[in-house]
Amino acid sequence: MMSDRSYPYCLEPRKIRSEFFRLLPISLFVVAFGAAFGLAATQKGLTPLETILMSTAVFAGASQFAALELWGNEISLLPLVAVVFAINSRHLLMGASLYPMLRDVAPGKRYGLLLLLTDANWAVSAQEYQSGRRNLEVIIGGGLALWLAWIFGTWLGAYFGGLLSDPKSLGLDMVLGCFLLAMALGGNKSPRVLVAWTVAGAASLAAWKWLPPNTHVVTGALAGGMVGFFWTDRKSTTSSGETTA
Amino acid sequence: MSLSTADSGVLLVIAIMTLVTLATRFGGVFAMSFVRISPRIESFINTMASSVLIAIIVPMAFSGDAGAVAALSVTAVTMLVVRKPLPAIAAGIAAAGLVRYFLL
Repeated sequence: MMSDRSYPYCLEPRKIRSEFFRLLPISLFVVAFGAAFGLAATQKGLTPLETILMSTAVFAGASQFAALELWGNEISLLPLVAVVFAINSRHLLMGASLYPMLRDVAPGKRYGLLLLLTDANWAVSAQEYQSGRRNLEVIIGGGLALWLAWIFGTWLGAYFGGLLSDPKSLGLDMVLGCFLLAMALGGNKSPRVLVAWTVAGAASLAAWKWLPPNTHVVTGALAGGMVGFFWTDRKSTTSSGETTA
Repeated sequence: MSLSTADSGVLLVIAIMTLVTLATRFGGVFAMSFVRISPRIESFINTMASSVLIAIIVPMAFSGDAGAVAALSVTAVTMLVVRKPLPAIAAGIAAAGLVRYFLL
């Protein structure tokens, strides 16, 4: 049954290119964070080459910083796996949320483009999907811009130290938070969604306070999703995925 | 069990981190390929998607300093008024910088 499935989603090279340039501005900030990581990692004793290799292969900033917290002459395997998994478990939900589009892409390309899945490009794609537009090109083009910026920043930090003596004083630590918030508020704001946000916010706070560290994103997101599970939007259809506000 | 961070040990650490992260990037999509997407599941997915953002941001605001709170509130207000992400983000970052410069 799966073999004769067709994959109608056609990835447009031109759109991939334009999405690359669309996410270049935010990628500049990613360079600054990459530099901060590069500096922190070399201070922990990683060689510049190892640091760059980690950014290239892992491409998940928060979990890389968390791994540095565990760094020493030896690293315990289980805490490392647990922390990296917990912090990155939001990818599970992010990927799942793209599935209605991804199922229309051939498996090779589908898992290929997931290599570049990260918060910022996912947020754009998810927000456009809420407005009825299908945009997987931003995952590839935007993801490429973010990935290269992360590697380039790491390289700068590993060899030349942090770019800015105190990025926090300029508010640069809030770039991703502000970006994600703008994406959320730019999307669909039906009463159903607002209730889900309230539930998600409360659940994430409760998890942040009382559950093990780094479980708050998944807890909050699943709690918000349950609102959608029990309160379905009657106008939405399976095929278009458009939710009318 | 512990891994040494001398020489090739680091490569093993990086390889493990890469595999775990890859599992999170692929896992959700792979699991969904076994689920029939009913309208109810579709609704769950869509509400969950925007809830991911809220679940990242709310604890960030509560654990952050006055600068973080200013950044997120100014971004929210600007976004709701202007409806354009770039001015909203820029205003939010500027707010964080100003609050930290003058108040902290």
